Amino acid sequence: MADLYTVSDLRLGLPDMTRKPLFGAAPRIGILHGLSFSVPKGEVLGIVGGSGSGKSTLGRVLVRLLEPTGGRVLFDGQDISHLPEDRLRPLRRRFQMIFQDPMSSLNPRRRIGGIIAAPLQLHGFDRISARVDEALDHVGLPRAFRHRFPHELSGGQRQRVGIARAIAMRPDFILADEIVSGLDVSSQAQVLALLAELVRDLGLTLAFISHDLSVVRRLCTSTMVLHQGRIVEHRPTDALFAAPEADYTRELLDAIPLPDPDQRWDLAAG
Amino acid sequence: MLDARGLVRRRLGLRLWLSGGWLLLLLFAALLAPWIAPHNPLEQDLFTSRLPPFWMPGAEPGYWLGTDSLGRDVLSRIMHGARIALIVAFIAGTATMLIGATLGLIAGYYRGWADIVISRLIDIWMAFPPVLFAILLIAVMGPGLTSVIVAIIVIDWTRFARVVRAEAMTQGAMDYVASARVAGQRRLGTMLTEILPNVLPTIGVLLTLEMGIAVIVEAILSFVNLSISTDAPTWGGMIAEGRLAIHQAWWVLVFPLITLFLTVLSFSQLGEGLKDRYDPVLR
Amino acid sequence: MSAFLSIRNLSAAIRGGPRLLRAVSLDVEVGEVRGLVGESGAGKSMIGKAVLGILPRAVEVVAGEIWLDGVDLLRLRPAERRRRIGATAALIPQDPLTALNPSRRIGRQITDRLVDILGWRRGAAEARALELLNEVRVPEPERVMRAYPHELSGGMRQRVLIASAFAAEPKLIVADEPTTALDVTVQKQILRLIAQMQARHGTALLFVTHDLGVVSKVCGSLSVLYGGLVVEETSVRDFFRAPAHPYSAALLAATPKYTDPAAGLNPVPAAVIDAVRAEVAAADRNWPHG
Repeated sequence: MADLYTVSDLRLGLPDMTRKPLFGAAPRIGILHGLSFSVPKGEVLGIVGGSGSGKSTLGRVLVRLLEPTGGRVLFDGQDISHLPEDRLRPLRRRFQMIFQDPMSSLNPRRRIGGIIAAPLQLHGFDRISARVDEALDHVGLPRAFRHRFPHELSGGQRQRVGIARAIAMRPDFILADEIVSGLDVSSQAQVLALLAELVRDLGLTLAFISHDLSVVRRLCTSTMVLHQGRIVEHRPTDALFAAPEADYTRELLDAIPLPDPDQRWDLAAG
Repeated sequence: MLDARGLVRRRLGLRLWLSGGWLLLLLFAALLAPWIAPHNPLEQDLFTSRLPPFWMPGAEPGYWLGTDSLGRDVLSRIMHGARIALIVAFIAGTATMLIGATLGLIAGYYRGWADIVISRLIDIWMAFPPVLFAILLIAVMGPGLTSVIVAIIVIDWTRFARVVRAEAMTQGAMDYVASARVAGQRRLGTMLTEILPNVLPTIGVLLTLEMGIAVIVEAILSFVNLSISTDAPTWGGMIAEGRLAIHQAWWVLVFPLITLFLTVLSFSQLGEGLKDRYDPVLR
Repeated sequence: MSAFLSIRNLSAAIRGGPRLLRAVSLDVEVGEVRGLVGESGAGKSMIGKAVLGILPRAVEVVAGEIWLDGVDLLRLRPAERRRRIGATAALIPQDPLTALNPSRRIGRQITDRLVDILGWRRGAAEARALELLNEVRVPEPERVMRAYPHELSGGMRQRVLIASAFAAEPKLIVADEPTTALDVTVQKQILRLIAQMQARHGTALLFVTHDLGVVSKVCGSLSVLYGGLVVEETSVRDFFRAPAHPYSAALLAATPKYTDPAAGLNPVPAAVIDAVRAEVAAADRNWPHG
């Protein structure tokens, strides 16, 4: 199967403003140190790691919210690493993003209908109102919600709006950045079930960033473990969980508190 | 869980009523001053000089708030003074907002070079003592209504620019701005549809504050005789004249002072009140 | 003999508004770790705050008793209540970033409580703080005493807060989601540390969390809350073997488990939610305050 993304030796540094000299550019802190991987079409890729692992940064490079400082990112064969914004714009319809905090990713001053319709209008879609209805149907929200404001919705409902906005564009790829970490387990389960269903029905390729390995285990076909800006392990999910190869992966797995009193932690150690 | 903030019904509030009421009254008085003012504000009559307000012995009917040492009716002068105060408030306030907010929005959202240039300009600008600045400016341009308005804009655009810049930076870090970029929206479009609506309530509050400040600045400038021609009635001019006769006729000083105080207070309260009332997202 | 902390029929409400806690009763014995579990809005944090007397201004206790060490806190005058709580109980807060004052040194922030509330001498308090920092295995405790919060990592700050909570040898500690803001590897260290400190000091611990995995590692017993109502109260062992209440069972089924991808992440069925909402409504039927 063809690869949707091919990433080679991806590097990214951000300017360190705390050590910026009075004149001239600030020194760069390395965030990503040479990542190479590919994402086949139709894959559900889990990207896991602790805080500071670079997983969110990697995601933002994939949808070109950030420009890499080294290496190449090919999207469907086209090099998007340094494409200027106006050449990127026609491609943007094809890769979409769902954000972690649905409250801050939905403009508080716009109604749900407007939020979902805005990207459609930008890209010149027809039948916009019908597409908004369709997107709301897809994520299981009543069509009447188009008249509401984000603060009138619950956390789970807001995250559904975020998903509706992304899928309304009929993209090839969706990046989901920690989209359930702010939700209760019950809404978490619903949102994930919905996402899995949409990926299947719409034939999406998904990158799912999460700190929660249990969720990744359930949802993703392949899993990439990041640690301090490097890939420590990237394998099919089943294989990775059955026999983790990297020490860091094992450490992560061991640290997860299973909902099971028979899993014992040695309380004297640590 | 539903956000409980959406369920709280917000009432119009006493302060919105009081401040809005006073400003409406003032606007009414200013607009209709030539027809409803009891006397000609410039008419001097030494036979009626220093008449006390209506409740004191020796008051003359028709001179409700008394007269000054030249026999001019205080109430009529306050009403005519309101015209100048409000013209300055609206024109200077709005112009200051347009200039300051635009620059602040650009600096806060575009960042980079635009921000560096605008921010340095603000820093340098603010290092000048503002009153001296205004006096110098009027000395160059000559006294007059236009000079007063220009002086206020020149002094105060930085206030808008700084606050709006900070607010635009906060909004710019929000994910809905990133989301608009993912959707492929241009920078200018994002600024106008995503950032501006979220900064507008702040701009509104600043605008009403600025109108109050404009009224004060105009009063100060006319107090030091740098505003418009001395015979046109202004609150600041009245206060300056009243000061000279404070022991013989306190009302010449006190009534314009109260009017000025209530007006400035009402402007600031109006802004806060409107924000509480109409901002869909309570902070 | 009643328990060390005994909450009886505690009801709290937003002033002039809806109830947040609905006749909550629970006991915590000396040396026991009780989990308070529920989703957001279940009222689990509210219980801990009520015990410590730090409810938000808009919330008031409308009925019930909170017996701490044989005294009903709610019958005491405010000053006396604060003094008693200060001498008997402590809090491990959720967010180590905001729980420490960024402009004051760590040492001062630990010793202040001992000096100001318990009347220790400064020297003794500092010795105690050092001892505690050692006990929670903060490296270079002397240096950390002089450090400002921003110089420490999130995990280190949480260790400092744990040391601070145990400094005055409280008999009850309320831990309010103490590891939610931490990475999973750091979470493991902190949970272990809390468990060790609790066992060593024999403290009663009220552990507020939304994470059933964490409960199974730290707690001996738990209360499951929905809408301010305790729907189940049981031992951890029984809960994970066979939860009695349908809502508890649904919560457990919704919790993901990496060892068993087929289990977990099952959405809570609408029927279960409807049933537990009906229970909450029924609890309000005899509610005199409307």
